[in-house]
Amino acid sequence: MLVETPREGGTAPSAPRPRRGGTVTFEQAERIRKVRRAGAYVLLVAGTAVFVLPFLWMVTTSLKSDAENLAFPPEFFPDSFNFENYVRGWTGNLPFNSFLINSVLITALSMAGNLVSCVLPAYAFARMRARAAGVLFALMLATMMIPREITLVPKYVMFAKLGWVDSYLPLIVPEFFGVALYIFLLRQFFTTIPQELIDAARIDGASELRILWKIMLPLSKPAIAAIMLFSFVGNWNQLLEPIIYLRTTEKFTIPLGLSMFSGQYATQYNQMMAVSIISMLPILVLFFIAQKTFIRGVTLTGIAGR
Amino acid sequence: MPATAFSRRGQTTPARREARRFYVFVSPWAIGFVLFSGVPIVASILMSFTHWNLLRDPTWVGLANYQKMIADPEFWESIVNTFYFGAGSVALGVVFTFLLALLLNQPLRFQGLFRTVMYLPSVVSGVATALLWLNILHPDYGLINKLLALIGVQGPGWLGTMEWAMPALILMSVWGAGNTIIIYLAGLQGIPKTLYEAAEIDGAGWWRRFWNVTVPMMSPVIFFNVVTGFIASLQAYVLILIMTEGGPANATMVLGLYIYRHAFTYFDMGYAAALSWAMFLIVIAVTLIQFRLARRWVHYEFK
Repeated sequence: MLVETPREGGTAPSAPRPRRGGTVTFEQAERIRKVRRAGAYVLLVAGTAVFVLPFLWMVTTSLKSDAENLAFPPEFFPDSFNFENYVRGWTGNLPFNSFLINSVLITALSMAGNLVSCVLPAYAFARMRARAAGVLFALMLATMMIPREITLVPKYVMFAKLGWVDSYLPLIVPEFFGVALYIFLLRQFFTTIPQELIDAARIDGASELRILWKIMLPLSKPAIAAIMLFSFVGNWNQLLEPIIYLRTTEKFTIPLGLSMFSGQYATQYNQMMAVSIISMLPILVLFFIAQKTFIRGVTLTGIAGR
Repeated sequence: MPATAFSRRGQTTPARREARRFYVFVSPWAIGFVLFSGVPIVASILMSFTHWNLLRDPTWVGLANYQKMIADPEFWESIVNTFYFGAGSVALGVVFTFLLALLLNQPLRFQGLFRTVMYLPSVVSGVATALLWLNILHPDYGLINKLLALIGVQGPGWLGTMEWAMPALILMSVWGAGNTIIIYLAGLQGIPKTLYEAAEIDGAGWWRRFWNVTVPMMSPVIFFNVVTGFIASLQAYVLILIMTEGGPANATMVLGLYIYRHAFTYFDMGYAAALSWAMFLIVIAVTLIQFRLARRWVHYEFK
């Protein structure tokens, strides 16, 4: 268990409950506080277990031998650590090395596309005046309410007619045309940057791109980091579009490859869990490095990822 | 908002230049909006009035797809399942994560660690977690039935049975709802301490403080989590596709999956488009109803 047990433990003696309005000695009050604190820890540890146990199970399962994997009843811990499951799963019948390259490529290009195509409109919405600005901004917010299932089918038809099925183009090209949520977040952040800075730069004859590059972006690092994290997580975990558009196994992404795994080796849980853990690693590492950014992003938007 | 209000001064040259620059800067999104939202939305409406399998030209069939939908028992099954999953995961998730957020809001040690651990599953959610839960829910080799066996309970067949498949998916969705804890915590930390102090001076015990201060002050946040949680539940079908493919016997066939099946398995594009408008209706209806109900129980401090 990752969580240390609290010092007070869960079995603190129950304090006598004072009647309301009655006098409480200092010791009694102290005792009540301790009991309550211990109770809170016990509940928290129990609640945390709900979130932690599946992960621990994942790790221990990934280390089981083939025999232990299908032992009934299953054991919590393997007799020995079978790290070879990671190698066997990764280099088995499915070309996970290719999937990795594909996922990295698609994610990197999508993130670059998101960055450019969200920063520019966000700056325009935050700091430039035009007659249609208000209408366009409202339109953008409205698109955030429309479920993506509405556009899923016509987009497929469109990309199919273009001959883009079984290529990465349907996954990457739209990412170069802005994401409403990210534009909105960046725009909100940009409006907090003092207008005087921009005015001063404009008087000095700086171009808008220069202002964006030299003033807005350096001052907006937290917001940029948040949308890039969202973009990374969203693209890395993306499954629906690869399922719809990719046909050739060699072109699959890691999530799509993993979903194949469930069909092909339905009971080889040890290898399945090993490869799943590998697929999570980039996000886990990023999460522990940039936890604050993640949390700031969530409180801003109420979502994790897309 | 000075940023979006247009200038009332006459269109002087600098203003016009600024406007032109605005349109250039906005163009990535604006072009994308037309290509990937505007045109597809109009196309989706038109397609819903056609039969189209992509092999032959579409044929106009008027309201036939919608008539078929209303008479389609599988469609209604998917609607029931959609609400079952949505209501189940939101109700369980909202209550469970709110209680945990309340606990986490106490001055305790390891607070950051607890928070991290609870938040983590929602970050890594994806196929890997679907595979993990396939394993955890396995009737013979899974963690949950093993834990149940420890307390002497014979666990059900979970994803393989009609009664337990949906509860199993709801359980999994609650596991991935840790991000709402973060939102609750931000809300809880925004409640002014003076309110609690005033309540305490008035002799309110912890229950009164919770019920008369915390809950009303948090009601906008709870409401937000209910609305966004339900909309997110509509999109959980991608993982359901991996885990059960809608089975057994359509027990986990939610609307998103039903759209997916008609579009990308049967290539019945017209019907799939019509179904996607049913989803749109659900989003609108549920949101409106929730806003309606919200008037009764959501308390806004500053109107």
